[in-house]
Amino acid sequence: MQVSEQWLREWVNPAIDSAALAAQLTMAGLEVDAVEPVAKPFNGVVIAQVLATEPHPQADRLRVCRVNDGQQELSIVCGAANVRAGLKVALAIEGARLPGLDHPITETKMRGVLSQGMLCAAAELGLAESSEGLLELDESAPVGVALWDWLNLNDQSIELGLTPNRGDCLSVMGLAREIAALNQQAIATPVMQPVAAIHDRIFPVAIQASKHCPCYVGRVIEGIRTDAVTPIWMVEKLRRSGVRSIHPVVDVTNYVMLELGQPMHAFDLNKLKEGIQVRLATSGECITLLDGQTLEIKANTLVISDGNGPIALAGIMGGEASKVDTQSQAIFLESAFFDPIALAGQARRYGLHTDASHRFERGVDFTIQRQALERATELLLTIVGGIPGPVIEIRDEAQLPKRLPIELTLSQVQRLLGFELSASVVMDLLVRLEMHFVACASKTIWQVTPPSYRFDISESVDLVEELARLYGYNQIPSHVPSLPYNASVLPLETQTELLHIKQVLVDRDYQEVITYSFVDPQLQQSLYPEQSGLALANPISADLSVMRLGLWPGLIQTAQYNLNRQQNRVRIFESGLVFLPTIQGDLQQVLHLGGLITGPRTAKHWCDGQRSVDFFDLKGDLETVIKNFLPGANLRWAACEHAALQPGQTAHIYLDEEAIGWMGALHPKLQNHLDLASKIYVFEICLSALSQTQLPCVKPLSKFPGVQRDIALVVDSLVSAQSLIDAIQAQSYELIQEVSLFDVYEGDRMDIGKKSVALNLTIQHPSHTLKDSEVNECIDKVITCLKERFDVILRE
Amino acid sequence: METLNRLTAQATADIQACVDSNDLEQLRVQYLGKKGLITELMKQLGTVPPEQRPQLGALINEAKEIVQGLLQDRKILLSENLLIEQLRREQVDVSLPGRQVARGGLHPITQTLQRIQNFFHQLGFSTVEGPEVEDDYHNFEALNIPAHHPARAMHDTFYMKDAQGCYDAQGCYFDAKRLLRTHTSPVQIRTMKKGQPPFRMICPGRVYRCDSDITHTPMFHQVEGLWVDKNISFADLKGILAAFLRFFFEKELEVRFRPSYFPFTEPSAEVDVQCVACEGRGCRICSHTGWLEVLGCGMVHPKVFEHTGVDATYTGLAFGLGVERFTMLRYGVSDLRHFFENDLKFLSQF
Repeated sequence: MQVSEQWLREWVNPAIDSAALAAQLTMAGLEVDAVEPVAKPFNGVVIAQVLATEPHPQADRLRVCRVNDGQQELSIVCGAANVRAGLKVALAIEGARLPGLDHPITETKMRGVLSQGMLCAAAELGLAESSEGLLELDESAPVGVALWDWLNLNDQSIELGLTPNRGDCLSVMGLAREIAALNQQAIATPVMQPVAAIHDRIFPVAIQASKHCPCYVGRVIEGIRTDAVTPIWMVEKLRRSGVRSIHPVVDVTNYVMLELGQPMHAFDLNKLKEGIQVRLATSGECITLLDGQTLEIKANTLVISDGNGPIALAGIMGGEASKVDTQSQAIFLESAFFDPIALAGQARRYGLHTDASHRFERGVDFTIQRQALERATELLLTIVGGIPGPVIEIRDEAQLPKRLPIELTLSQVQRLLGFELSASVVMDLLVRLEMHFVACASKTIWQVTPPSYRFDISESVDLVEELARLYGYNQIPSHVPSLPYNASVLPLETQTELLHIKQVLVDRDYQEVITYSFVDPQLQQSLYPEQSGLALANPISADLSVMRLGLWPGLIQTAQYNLNRQQNRVRIFESGLVFLPTIQGDLQQVLHLGGLITGPRTAKHWCDGQRSVDFFDLKGDLETVIKNFLPGANLRWAACEHAALQPGQTAHIYLDEEAIGWMGALHPKLQNHLDLASKIYVFEICLSALSQTQLPCVKPLSKFPGVQRDIALVVDSLVSAQSLIDAIQAQSYELIQEVSLFDVYEGDRMDIGKKSVALNLTIQHPSHTLKDSEVNECIDKVITCLKERFDVILRE
Repeated sequence: METLNRLTAQATADIQACVDSNDLEQLRVQYLGKKGLITELMKQLGTVPPEQRPQLGALINEAKEIVQGLLQDRKILLSENLLIEQLRREQVDVSLPGRQVARGGLHPITQTLQRIQNFFHQLGFSTVEGPEVEDDYHNFEALNIPAHHPARAMHDTFYMKDAQGCYDAQGCYFDAKRLLRTHTSPVQIRTMKKGQPPFRMICPGRVYRCDSDITHTPMFHQVEGLWVDKNISFADLKGILAAFLRFFFEKELEVRFRPSYFPFTEPSAEVDVQCVACEGRGCRICSHTGWLEVLGCGMVHPKVFEHTGVDATYTGLAFGLGVERFTMLRYGVSDLRHFFENDLKFLSQF
């Protein structure tokens, strides 16, 4: 909402300057976004009258004008088509400074003829974006007076960002009411007289949807002048309030909308057939709107129709076919109340948003339709002339909004605001807000009825807000409460906090990233071909159109982004929800943790080689993370296949028997397809697996020395290291404290298909020092078992 | 005698010429060892006439001491040389960088979220999280934003294709109009519906609106807070939020409350803080107003209590803030889009 400050001050004029007024509105909840001067400064421009014009002897397009500036006659050369004798014009005299001109206006000879100034177009004065011909001033404009003063250009446009509940402030009247309440003043409503009918012609109106349109007021005006122009005072008020002048009749309806808040529409009466019907659209109906677009009207849309079909989308926009134009001689004026709920969202269904729909959706005062019509009639008669017919008014009181009394108690006000507001202050505030109220005997309970223009007050809390708002939020005391202890804030020791998991990765040189939860469907499809993600109905772009099934799309794209920017070493992770549709049609939203590494293992350093990362770098990081929270975890890495990963470098990760995630090298095919320069390793696990840890359960320490033994075995290449260790542990020799693998060799010195594996066993007894024989016996058992299970050969 | 003198001279020359401690040991053995040349002379003392023995013995001893002394001096010299050589060899350029264990970092949004949570945890607000794919009821309806409410235009909502109503694994029901939550308020709805007041919680997380330009990303982060108890008032709301803002920006900034409108609170307010960059004098960051709009808040609307089954004897305060905006103000980030481009050169600065 944009409005001229001067216009507001015609209604209510508190003794505060523009900045203070803007601050006051902002602090009352009517946020002022900007206060801009309505014109760029100019001077030396006076109102003048063209006395006579004659052709320029040297130039066909120019005319030489004799112009009276109030003091003398001047000779001015002018190229505008609309210059003519008698016209009142804006004259920039010698020395005048105009916006956008670097030099002052000077006397000059134009193709040999003296020109003692310049006649100005509106655009040259900064009063319009563009203009054709000279600015034409009203006949009543006083010659010799400075144009700046006559147009009152010491004015500001106030731009307000109103919240949707304050539809009542979408007018000069509404804002004036608010300013009056804030400053404890009365508003000075301009005199508006009903205009009596001069003829009795009516255009019939039938309401078939009175729930949607409980009030419709209309009137015929005949015999309007086709040559009338909108007076400059109105053009200026409209311009300063952000509305362009279009046609005198349209300008008047817009003016009344801005002034009173009632959107109106004027139809060309001669283009209407039979009568007006206000009804819901039937299927298949079409309309071409004023903006030129043709729509198929959807069911449930309220339309204004005549004998030929829809002529307007009610409360949104009129139709092209019945519009007022320069030929129009008779009009039908409409001033209606459309129900906000019926109209809500309708404009948006067609991708439309108009000044009218904006107001009707928020609620227009349902008592002012007739007043607005009379006001428009009055203005029209003075501008375009014409003969008014009788007002027809159809009102269905039962369908109009109700304003019911709301009980307000002082104790509720005090309780919600947290301080003692007195009953007398409450009543004073209610009066200023134009709330009708009745106090009960105790004078602390009131029955309050809000005014018809307020659509946002239906409960007592709404009244409390109004009281607080007018009283001033900043006058309400501030109080830091002392809060009771809340045990649920602190996690249990056995609960893993996500932040701690992230910290472990950070400590291992991973950078956290945050990527969009919606991803490129093609990339996702190539990573997870067996699943399909939830698609957005209205994505922002095609490459952000499906919900992610995992974290790899975002991580890979982040790696790509950085690799393309000379970052060859990328170590990143992300945590967040992934969205997994199930066959039953529901959706699992699961918290995952994913990571990616690529490039050199360490940052370039003067004393280290630059080995690239491999599978075991990533695995080690992941093991560190998991074991940090689940020290005794039975973690297994099973060779497996995944569409996104390289066969032979893919592991399915198990915690006990539960699969918790995947890791591996990105499949070379994908790496090439995505044009990634270096090998990529990724992991992704489900975080719920880590959410519960166990308290440490301390075992007694043995006082007796342990024995370390290494055994080297030759075994089939396909036997996994894990299976050897598992086999030893499964035997549960009580003396074996720990089994670790410290060397694997496959190569020239081994037979094909065989590898050498070296294991280290820690053997210890809880209650005595082990004898050699006990140690040997234990090792023999291990070797026997491995021979039986895996056909291993002991290396000497 | 002559032999002895020659031997001494030879030993002296050998020792002076020796540059290696092993060679020096060899020389010691050669001259003074069990079968050393001087030792041998001593052994031969028995063959000289007895009257010459004392003198000759003394001379040999003298020679032995001289050689011993020379050996000792030479040994010290050599080991000193060795040390000098070691020091020379082991000299390093101390300005070369050390072997660091590199560390990554948390995303700045995470860091800001953490600071915000730390404050509210101290006030006994617990963190609650919830689904991001929500439904119409929890995101709008229960928050007093019925269909076609003008406030819905403020939430440019992403909807899902082909949605149907369902229960999720936790038994939460989703209606057919599945959407991406536009704020984290639905978490509060779910929590209130499940539990019994009082409630004191904050809900951090990702939220989504289909809007993308210089000042909007289609995904961003919010923290919303809720405190429901007997007699919570607007004065409490003012106190808590002013304290929070001063904690977060670590400055005694002016804070002001302006009436505003949210369907789920009444009274509602926007909170402005004195510009953190210019402290109210006016600058580019605050559009020369001296104020920054940073929070929306209000007293929980009775309709929200109705929807969630909280009885009317309770009142509640609620607030919401944009984490990106706080991060930008705190660290001087000028472009919102940096947060989700994840350029490592940007992220590593935090």
